[in-house]
Amino acid sequence: MSVLDYESPRKTLGFLRRELAPKGRLMTPFNVISVLIMISTVVILVVRFAFGLGAVTNLDQRFPWGLWIGFDVVAGVALAGGAYVVTFLVYILRLEDYRPVVRVTVLNGFLAYLFYAGALVLDLGRPWNVINPIIGNSFGLTSVLFLVAWHFLLYMTAELIEFSPVVAEWLGWRRIHRILSAMTVGAVVVGITLSTLHQSGLGALYLMAKPKIHPLWYSELIPLLFFVSSIFAGLAMVIVEGSLSHRIFEDRVGSKLRRSHDDILLGLARIAGGTMFVFLFLEGLKVVHGQLWHEIRSGWGAWYLLEVLGLIAFPMALLLYGGIRGKLIAVRTGAALALAGVILNRLNISVIAFRWNEPFHYAPTWMEYVVTAGILCAEIWVFRWVVRRMPVLGRRPEWARHRDLHDVDLEPHREIA
Amino acid sequence: MERRTFLKWTAAAGATSLAGCASTPRDTREADEDYAVLVDLTWCAGCRMCEYACAEANGLPKPDFDDETVDEIQRDPSDTQWQVVNRFETSAGEVYARRQCMHCLEPACAAACLTKALVKTEEGPVIWRPDKCMGCRFCMISCPFDGPKFEYDSAVPRIQKCRMCWERLRQGERPACVENCPSEAMLFGPRTELLETARERIYQNPGDYVSHIYGEHEAGGTSWLYLSPVPFEELGFPTNLDETAYPELTRGFLTSVPVVLTVWPALLLALRRATADASSRED
Repeated sequence: MSVLDYESPRKTLGFLRRELAPKGRLMTPFNVISVLIMISTVVILVVRFAFGLGAVTNLDQRFPWGLWIGFDVVAGVALAGGAYVVTFLVYILRLEDYRPVVRVTVLNGFLAYLFYAGALVLDLGRPWNVINPIIGNSFGLTSVLFLVAWHFLLYMTAELIEFSPVVAEWLGWRRIHRILSAMTVGAVVVGITLSTLHQSGLGALYLMAKPKIHPLWYSELIPLLFFVSSIFAGLAMVIVEGSLSHRIFEDRVGSKLRRSHDDILLGLARIAGGTMFVFLFLEGLKVVHGQLWHEIRSGWGAWYLLEVLGLIAFPMALLLYGGIRGKLIAVRTGAALALAGVILNRLNISVIAFRWNEPFHYAPTWMEYVVTAGILCAEIWVFRWVVRRMPVLGRRPEWARHRDLHDVDLEPHREIA
Repeated sequence: MERRTFLKWTAAAGATSLAGCASTPRDTREADEDYAVLVDLTWCAGCRMCEYACAEANGLPKPDFDDETVDEIQRDPSDTQWQVVNRFETSAGEVYARRQCMHCLEPACAAACLTKALVKTEEGPVIWRPDKCMGCRFCMISCPFDGPKFEYDSAVPRIQKCRMCWERLRQGERPACVENCPSEAMLFGPRTELLETARERIYQNPGDYVSHIYGEHEAGGTSWLYLSPVPFEELGFPTNLDETAYPELTRGFLTSVPVVLTVWPALLLALRRATADASSRED
């Protein structure tokens, strides 16, 4: 682990130059394809800002929000829910078994917010006014979006604080590390509170769109459904992402995570499965309460059943079975299907079943798909850069390991050299 | 350290987000004194002079009167045409109906706007303010009448819609469309008075009208009111709307915000305390 001496600028520069240089082969298939996608994204965005949203998207007066909001923001933020759930398990319930995945999950959550909420700015018609709800004298206090915007901003700060000790360890800043670590629990408590509200707030955005959303997807329960689905979507993401990055970044994985990784996945699978049962219960309540039986017999009903039975109930069974019986293949399959289920659920509300009765329905242009893919690629590049350099998956520097990091905030008097 | 940091955080988060939930409902009693427009569709001859007057008053492209295809299709208002008159073949023969922003008493668009770019003015019109808007288009998602329109083909897009000639109103004039209607199909005045007029017309000519004033209760009431010879669904008006104002749909969520903000942190810290083992509990 490189140690950064912040009293000697020359050494610092050398360290940064070393760390900024690419590690690993450059001409891999992923690199080539993702760079092409990202270059196309930049070109499309130049056109978008020069000629307006209509030049690159299929958005119109009837469909003001498309793929960029529906997928990047409404679905993407749910997938980033793992950070608040895992920090809840570790810092509030003190389930120490899950500690080895906290850092990678928080990093994932932070980057997802940075890039997906960042995608929101691309979708704004007048982005130069984006600062208005934050500093301006124009607080739209009755707006759910006002709340969501503020919570995004505050939550990103909280996640940055949660992740900051990792950066301090990378740079070898011992004193700053101590201060930043002491702020973790505060950031976690605030972060969970903010997440509860903005995950459900994302659903509350659609409450006023009552006449426009198919009755099988609209209900007063939308905020609660969004909150519950963000829990298992986030956990499913941790399982899928953890399985992948465990393999890809094998050399970066610490011994602790290596030992416990399978057990962590099984435990998370059980929690995710249980949460999905709650979600299914609420969906059932929605159908019974809304007297939607006749809707279920229509074509939209089949689509709804595919989502709820095929991509929620079935993966729930897989996750619970795999989690209890210790079958990792079932857990991984279940998690991947659950992700698809949540993405479909969010897209149904925001795009597919939005104005379901319209003769000409919105479908994204190829450019909207490319930009979405480009943002995803950029996120993966940053994620990879951080994981290859910072002690995210383990391999913490000796000095940091010596500190009782688990509860440094509870024992401020203990001095360790 | 932990507690102090935490308190500072909560204070900051609380101050900003508590503010986020104090919604100020409009006094509907006062709203009835707002200016409104009553459109009597039995009087409308479909001459589209109002379309022309609107374009002229707002500097929009003039409608093409030679284009006869407009009678065959149903047009929506757009960013360059804030109002349209459509022709309908109905059970009572040919009926012309104009559409534009309805200027709700409690507008969903204004409640949705996070920068207060859209506001309900004292006089009644709902207007858009360019220096506030960030172009998120949440107003368009929320509006049950699809009032706000967005300029998709501009790098500096605006939200465009009927503003009920707010500037003219403030100078004591009537909206341009009302002023220029040769068949006097539109009446301008305080909403309460127009509702009285509308009821009177229905009572005195029961055969000529359906017994419904569109806009009296739709979406909690609107500043544009309609009388029609045929049921409104035949004219493409949305008839599946709530009778309560649309901002009411989010009120429950918004009131739960301060509860979660204050109760959650305490609950989380208590849980953390409860799960601590004896050694660390000494603090």
